[in-house]
Amino acid sequence: MIVALPMDEDRKNICVSFGRAPFFLFKNTETGAEEFVVNPGAEASGGAGVKAAQAVVDGGSDALITVRCGENAAEVFKAADIKIYKAEGTDGAENLKALAEGKLSELTKFHAGYHGIA
Amino acid sequence: MKIAVLSGKGGTGKTFVSTNLALAAGKAAYVDCDVEEPNGRLFLKPENIESTSVKVNTPLVNPMKCSGCRKCVDFCKFHAMAFVRNHPIIFPAICHSCGGCALLCPENAIKETEREIGVVEKGTHGDTCVITGVMNPGEESGVPIIKEALREGIAAEENVIIDCPPGSACAVMESVTLSDYCVIIAEPTAFGLHNFRMVYELSQLMGKPCCVVINKESEPYAPLEDFCKEHNIPIALRIPYSDELASIGAKADVASEAKEEYREMFKSLLDYISREAAK
Repeated sequence: MIVALPMDEDRKNICVSFGRAPFFLFKNTETGAEEFVVNPGAEASGGAGVKAAQAVVDGGSDALITVRCGENAAEVFKAADIKIYKAEGTDGAENLKALAEGKLSELTKFHAGYHGIA
Repeated sequence: MKIAVLSGKGGTGKTFVSTNLALAAGKAAYVDCDVEEPNGRLFLKPENIESTSVKVNTPLVNPMKCSGCRKCVDFCKFHAMAFVRNHPIIFPAICHSCGGCALLCPENAIKETEREIGVVEKGTHGDTCVITGVMNPGEESGVPIIKEALREGIAAEENVIIDCPPGSACAVMESVTLSDYCVIIAEPTAFGLHNFRMVYELSQLMGKPCCVVINKESEPYAPLEDFCKEHNIPIALRIPYSDELASIGAKADVASEAKEEYREMFKSLLDYISREAAK
């Protein structure tokens, strides 16, 4: 299974923003392989959530661990059948461990866009 | 003459100043471009309203024709499309109706359909033509509504007062583009100055002459005074913080119709702007 996490610059902590996170970590839970990819949504002037979600889909993810997630991105994940889990704290490794142990719950609340200025 | 009234933050007094300016101008159009929350109509209470629907094009994918080449999704610079399970998904609220995806599709699988995003209302208040752009809830971009409102305003009257949305983003730029002169409303506070500087920068970038109106002033705020002096920005009017004006506003009345003193105040502001804009 491939799990995606939006990561901060330090590549250790989960970024509180999904669409604007600087990196995505793709973790293959079977092989243990890790790959960091620059989030193409981070610098987008608009539609960052959709762009970021596309990167998660293109990375072949089966699941996502995130602090929060917008409505548009959630729609992409729903179509792609990617499960969204709510992060507990921000430590990336801890969250991957918690997911493996079945301790994370699914994220069910999605926010509207933060751009008051379109 | 087309005068844009703007400010960096909401609640500074754009609608207050622009409705009063419109009445001072006699036969003129008042155009409310704050399409997310158009309030001018609450004060001007226009009659004989005619409404025009504002529609934009939104792409629609025919799944039977789509080959899943992904060209449309990769092309969309607004990220209004995602590609999942070999099919494009469209996010209409993000779409800017550029039509690129439909042009590019090698299978002709995308056609554009019309979607209403809001209306423009046109009515009258005495000699004033009142035009209001209203965006439907949930929509993200009011720019097409602003364009239509301005088109109607400019077609209706020679003198147009444009009540802009707050801030300095796309919707404000659209509202200011066609104007001859900018009136920036500022509050004499640290936050007010910060927002004023952003809007001032925008007006300069767009090459528009401008003046400032300081609203709700109990005493001059030195950093704002210094900034205006340093950049040679004329302070055209200082409106005092006043219980009376607040009470007139709370009743949804227009100050210049409530009291002669205020009518004179906005008449002289309009005279000042006319002189400056003619320079």
